Amino acid sequence: MARHHVTTRINGDEIDFLCETDQTLLSVLRDELTMTGTKEGCGTGDCGACSVMVEGRLVCSCLMLGVEVRGKSVDTIEGMADGETLHPLQRKFLEHAALQCGICTPGLLIAARALLAVNPDPTESEIRYWIAGNLCRCTGYHKIVEAVRDAAAEMRGV
Amino acid sequence: MRYEAPETLEVATALLAGAGGGARVLAGGTDLLIQMRGDIVAPDLVVDIKNIAEMRVLAEEGGHYRLGAAVTGMEVMEHAGFNAAWPGVVDGVRLIGSIQVRGRATVGGNLCNASPAADSVPALIAAGAVACIAGPGGRREAPVEEIATGPGATSLAEGEIVVSFLFPERAPRSGDCYLRFTPRTEMDIAVVGAGVCLALDGSGVCTAARVALGAVAARALVVEDAARALIGSRLEAAALERLSAAARAACRPIDDKRGTIAFRTEVAGVLAERAALVAAERAERG
Repeated sequence: MARHHVTTRINGDEIDFLCETDQTLLSVLRDELTMTGTKEGCGTGDCGACSVMVEGRLVCSCLMLGVEVRGKSVDTIEGMADGETLHPLQRKFLEHAALQCGICTPGLLIAARALLAVNPDPTESEIRYWIAGNLCRCTGYHKIVEAVRDAAAEMRGV
Repeated sequence: MRYEAPETLEVATALLAGAGGGARVLAGGTDLLIQMRGDIVAPDLVVDIKNIAEMRVLAEEGGHYRLGAAVTGMEVMEHAGFNAAWPGVVDGVRLIGSIQVRGRATVGGNLCNASPAADSVPALIAAGAVACIAGPGGRREAPVEEIATGPGATSLAEGEIVVSFLFPERAPRSGDCYLRFTPRTEMDIAVVGAGVCLALDGSGVCTAARVALGAVAARALVVEDAARALIGSRLEAAALERLSAAARAACRPIDDKRGTIAFRTEVAGVLAERAALVAAERAERG
């Protein structure tokens, strides 16, 4: 079986890759493109560690086939900072110590950015519901929620 | 494994029918990819139906909403008109997985995966939605309650696809609601789900009702006795108790780690009652 040739746009750059039919987008990112910022946790859509944006939608990259992103745009954690300048969410996660082992962090950052894009001033409850699909086994979530609220305030210019 | 992403139903149904049972439909993939990863299914052919325009439509057609089977949960939740018309269906869709899962998962997939606990299904059944089906032999329609026949099994013939759902015209002073019980508030599977759709007359008397239950039998149930308990009543205490009793009587649940038979049965009665009250409140608000 020939591998599929897929052309897509990842973090704004046109990218070509080859993949097997049953290869997930997560596996394509990590194993074919060596973009290992996106993490594998459960592999079954429960933990959100593999969260990326596809066509502006927050999705689990473990629940998509690589061939499904043909002609689509994908945004991953590698595109979040602007060169050496961290995104406010990344900076606030560091300031608030909103991570320990770090496996959930790329997914939480992608999910949090997606939240702030549609709701620039979320309540604590709105943040907690939004990130229900992102599991963290270290922090107990409190510092993550605080970091998101603080980043949201900064991004609103408060 | 082969992957095809046809743009027409004719090609899609021919591909599925020609695969002799070795093909699977790929909509959102949030169930299929997990089943493939777990070696529960090993299809020779995956037919991605998301490029079929007709399956991606959510629009009002002459007073009826049509919901394409490949419309995602997030798209349903973001559609203001559909939210206003069928809030109970949106209640169900909102409870499917996480935001990430709903970014991919489709209503057609939630039905055709045929989990007895699928959250959108009791709401679709209560709403009276009709599944529009295409297959190698042409088109047909069937009430949503006739699609799933048991866990993982459907009444669809080889090569058939659920294309869209057609909703009835919204009666004046009508409302719908879906409620479920889970130990957690998010990211959980229904222990019991209850969908109610009802209409009231000008004096608050219930003139029509449909009641459906999820996760209390091998497939979602239509409970006609429960609907009859509401019709002609003003949802007073005695009518609600009859509704509850009818809902409990319909339950044929399993005993498992998520709920015992006794617990599921009791909760089905409670949720049917609460869903009826919310549906009535929505009906009165108009």
